Amino acid sequence: MNLSSLNWNSLLPELVIVATSLIVLITAVVGKVSRVDRIARGHALAVVTLIGLLIAAGLTIMQLSQPASDFMGMVQSDALSHYLNLVILLAAALAVLLAWDYLGRFTYSFSEFYSLLLLAVAGMMFLGKSTELITLFVSLEILSISLYILTGFNRHQLASAEASLKYFLLGAFASGFIVYGAALLYGDTGSTWFSDIAANASGGFLTLAGFALLLVGFAFKIAAVPFHMWTPDAYQGAPTPVTAFMSVGTKAAALVALFRVLQSAVSAPYETWAWALAILSLLTMTVGNVAALRQTSIKRLLAYSSIAQAGYMLIGLVAGTVLGLQAMLFYLFAYAFMNIGAFACASLLESDDWSELQDASMANARGLFSRQPLLATALAIFMFSLAGIPPLAGFFGKLYLFDAAIDAGWLWLALVAVINSVISAYYYMRVVVVMFMEAPDESTRVRLPIPDSAILAIVIAVLGALLLGILAGPSFASLGQAVVAWRF
Amino acid sequence: MIFDYAWLILLFPALGLLFNAFFGRRVGHKVAAIVANLAVALSFLMAVALAMGLSALPGDESSVEVLLWPWIHIAGFQVDMALLIDPLSSVMILVVTGIGLLIHIYSATYMKVDDEHQPMDERRYARFFVYMNLFILMMLTLVLANNYVMLYLGWEGVGLASYLLIGFWFYKPSAADAAKKAFLVNRVGDFGMALAIMWMFFLFGKEAGSLSFDAVFAALETASPAVVAALTGVTLLLLLAATGKSAQIPLFVWLPDAMEGPSPVSALIHAATMVTAGVYMLARSHPLLELAPATMTLIAWIGGLTALMAASIAIVQTDLKRILAYSTISQLGYMFLGVGVGAYVASVFHLYTHAFFKALLFLAAGSVMHALHGELNIDLMGGLRKKLPVTYAQFLIGALALAGFPLLSGYWSKDAILLGAFVTSYPLYAIGLFTALLTAFYSLRAVYRAFHGQPRDEHLYDHAHEQPRGMTWPLWALAFGAVFAGLLGLPAIFGKEFGFPVGNLIEGWLKPTFEGLSEPHVAFSTEMALFISSGFVALIGIYLAYARYVKQSGWTLSLQKALSPLQPALENKYWVDEIYFAVIVNPLRALARFFATGAEGVIDGVVNGVGAVTTAAGVGIARLQTGLLSWYALSLFLGVVLLLIYFVFA
Repeated sequence: MNLSSLNWNSLLPELVIVATSLIVLITAVVGKVSRVDRIARGHALAVVTLIGLLIAAGLTIMQLSQPASDFMGMVQSDALSHYLNLVILLAAALAVLLAWDYLGRFTYSFSEFYSLLLLAVAGMMFLGKSTELITLFVSLEILSISLYILTGFNRHQLASAEASLKYFLLGAFASGFIVYGAALLYGDTGSTWFSDIAANASGGFLTLAGFALLLVGFAFKIAAVPFHMWTPDAYQGAPTPVTAFMSVGTKAAALVALFRVLQSAVSAPYETWAWALAILSLLTMTVGNVAALRQTSIKRLLAYSSIAQAGYMLIGLVAGTVLGLQAMLFYLFAYAFMNIGAFACASLLESDDWSELQDASMANARGLFSRQPLLATALAIFMFSLAGIPPLAGFFGKLYLFDAAIDAGWLWLALVAVINSVISAYYYMRVVVVMFMEAPDESTRVRLPIPDSAILAIVIAVLGALLLGILAGPSFASLGQAVVAWRF
Repeated sequence: MIFDYAWLILLFPALGLLFNAFFGRRVGHKVAAIVANLAVALSFLMAVALAMGLSALPGDESSVEVLLWPWIHIAGFQVDMALLIDPLSSVMILVVTGIGLLIHIYSATYMKVDDEHQPMDERRYARFFVYMNLFILMMLTLVLANNYVMLYLGWEGVGLASYLLIGFWFYKPSAADAAKKAFLVNRVGDFGMALAIMWMFFLFGKEAGSLSFDAVFAALETASPAVVAALTGVTLLLLLAATGKSAQIPLFVWLPDAMEGPSPVSALIHAATMVTAGVYMLARSHPLLELAPATMTLIAWIGGLTALMAASIAIVQTDLKRILAYSTISQLGYMFLGVGVGAYVASVFHLYTHAFFKALLFLAAGSVMHALHGELNIDLMGGLRKKLPVTYAQFLIGALALAGFPLLSGYWSKDAILLGAFVTSYPLYAIGLFTALLTAFYSLRAVYRAFHGQPRDEHLYDHAHEQPRGMTWPLWALAFGAVFAGLLGLPAIFGKEFGFPVGNLIEGWLKPTFEGLSEPHVAFSTEMALFISSGFVALIGIYLAYARYVKQSGWTLSLQKALSPLQPALENKYWVDEIYFAVIVNPLRALARFFATGAEGVIDGVVNGVGAVTTAAGVGIARLQTGLLSWYALSLFLGVVLLLIYFVFA
């Protein structure tokens, strides 16, 4: 094998991210600095991280129309992975903006934080590109291990550590199934390449059990029911910027990777896996929505909401058509804006006591509109969008997903999803009601300080949620052009 | 190409409203007003440019569609954000932005004081202009839309702006009530609009693939008889929508109350532009109407009867703005009459002249209100022409134009409609002509009662002051229009017979929009006779008012006595509000009370039951979330087993 014969171009964005991660990490051991300077250095590292993310995004956009397959067919860089990269990089950039001020309140380990974040980004990006089981597993582990640590990053807080441990143990359990599934598939076909697996699969017990176990791993990462148990605890315990990032990035990468597996490696008949996914989707959205109804913590509510949202997105996979993929990608963008926006607002509502579980509870949001009308309006926009109220991005995302389902003959699933949307409106609107219609009490009358970086993140998210809705037609169409090129 | 920049016409008011919404309260009166005015001024320039671009098109092209962006594109059905610039919409945007600009300029001065005549605080001043720019934006969306869905967006948008502006003095219960009433009554009409759009989607959505005017009208050509029959239903729903927005029978009751809003609002929204949206929408839908003759007849009769009814009510009103409100309803009735008899050009022509003289009248009334510290009762005025000579002159010009005084703008456009009615139906013509008599009478009655004779309230009279300069010249501009705007629509027949160099300009301009429809034409002698008779009728009305209120001749008093049995009906506005209360509001309230008390158990039981079951499920599921790791792992493991079983045995 000759290194120069490899098409490094196809991995350029990922390489930039890895390089940035190393640069950020190295600065941790260079020189000694005072406490004050540490914060300044943290900001400098955030800027370096943002630059790395921007460069990677720029490279991705430049490559948009160039599909490439290389490293002996282990990675596939195409429209799917490019759009996934953009979602992940967007989520990461918004998370960095959130962490800008947030992080300094409980840690000085800035370089570790940002380099782990970048490693997780790289893992997600590789995951979306991998067309070979070992590549897939390694990328999955890179992103998982980085996220386990990030979840427990607030060492002063018991909940954070507990969340991290739970996530890690269950994640390890799920990884076991993936390895087991990959081993079965290898045993069946003698290869770890998707194309070979599709071609040589016996279709017998080994194949089917292998796929089932592989699906378990993905379902765990997507937080599909019943593999979702870790999600509320991990999302609530993790530092909010991390929650915002992983709730979008992990799901996006796992959904896209699963789509790739289903379309290029699975030899089981469409009905078999589509029905399994349809049941998963049904369970996921219903359990997520119903469990969210009585939550009193906004962060935990959003955790359940993101479980339900994953259920909606699975519909795109169930449809398994161009329209389904297009709708899922559109929804991923919409979800990135509205979900991270919502978490950003929630992070501002958290109390300042860093040793306790600093929850953004409903009570903290009481009468927010009369205190900080703009913040309340922003959070309301995210809630409306998540609930699927026109003309926001979330509405069109759902519209396209449901249309794709009906188009592919899954009318009942679309109906279930619509009923779920109705249920979800209850808890999303409850947040709005608390903010707009209840009077602030003594404890919530103070004005929250809002750092400029968070304002920037929220403004970007609001614009995204608005513009993706108003310009739904052109955005959806441009996704379509790229996706149609994908072979089915 | 100018049309590539057509979106600018929407962008300017959007920027204006955003600026004032975010910074208006900080920048002070002057900047807020300048920004809002500039936004409309630039929009107006754009409208002029678009109209000029349209006139420069080669002969066989008469309309341009500008795609802003494809909005919804799903399952073969498409809703675009696209503008349709054609002769009809160009007239509308010129009226909306032109009259809108003059009224904005007037408002900059007028709104410096609030309803209590105290200086207005900057926050509310900026908010006023936010709403006004919002209105302009939405009205332009409405008239420029190339499809029914976008039109509906604008339709609801102007309704919102109207609600916000009627209730601008929301701390006054009467204003808050009026805003609510306008909103609720309009809901009935909007409901019709929504149903009409859904029905059209059902009829044409599949084959046309969109609800753009072009696609729907093109689909009509191949429509089956069943579809054509259904059009009567669709157009009746559109008519319902139009009666709501344009304040016609049966939904006119909100407009008189809407006068609770500031005077510029009454001038812009409730006289010159928004209320004409119904007329515009019907004229725009004329291919549908042409296939539904029954609806056409109904439109004509609704228009004629509304004109007559509202004019008769206006005669006994004593509130200056309410007189004008009923007059607006009456004039809109004329426009409906015109649409109903197929005289679309005449209707649009009247819409355009009416915008000038009615805006003029409302702004002049606002000026009187300013002068008298909010007093609007004409019984308390009298003799104001000595104190307010400028306002008097302006109001008089407006009133004469409204009265159809020969050669002023209202004369030409009203006659064009009457001509259309004459060709179609003599009873409708008679109603129209009689209404013209009433119109002349009540217009001049307002003038004589307010401006002539002796002051009836010395205190008010002594404190009256003439309008400030910032309000004067927009009024003169409108007065100029009130006098001369009609010259654009001189009857074509005059050109032929008298050798005028120009014919009916507005008819020539609008011809492409109403392609294939012949405007009513009659013999020259008949047309002359109609012109002379309606001029004569106007003069009689004016003389009657003069005899009654200035000379106070004995015979007018006995005439009044003879007609006095009618008075209670008129003063109580034919008890329509009371009838609505008896027939709709009170039964609804009773029903609500029944549901609130009698049926509460059942309905609440069902509703709360569903909610309770769902939330109980929520509690149950949340309880599964024990926090115990081994329990979580068990759940995961169960999932694995189930998936394995499914995959292996499926």
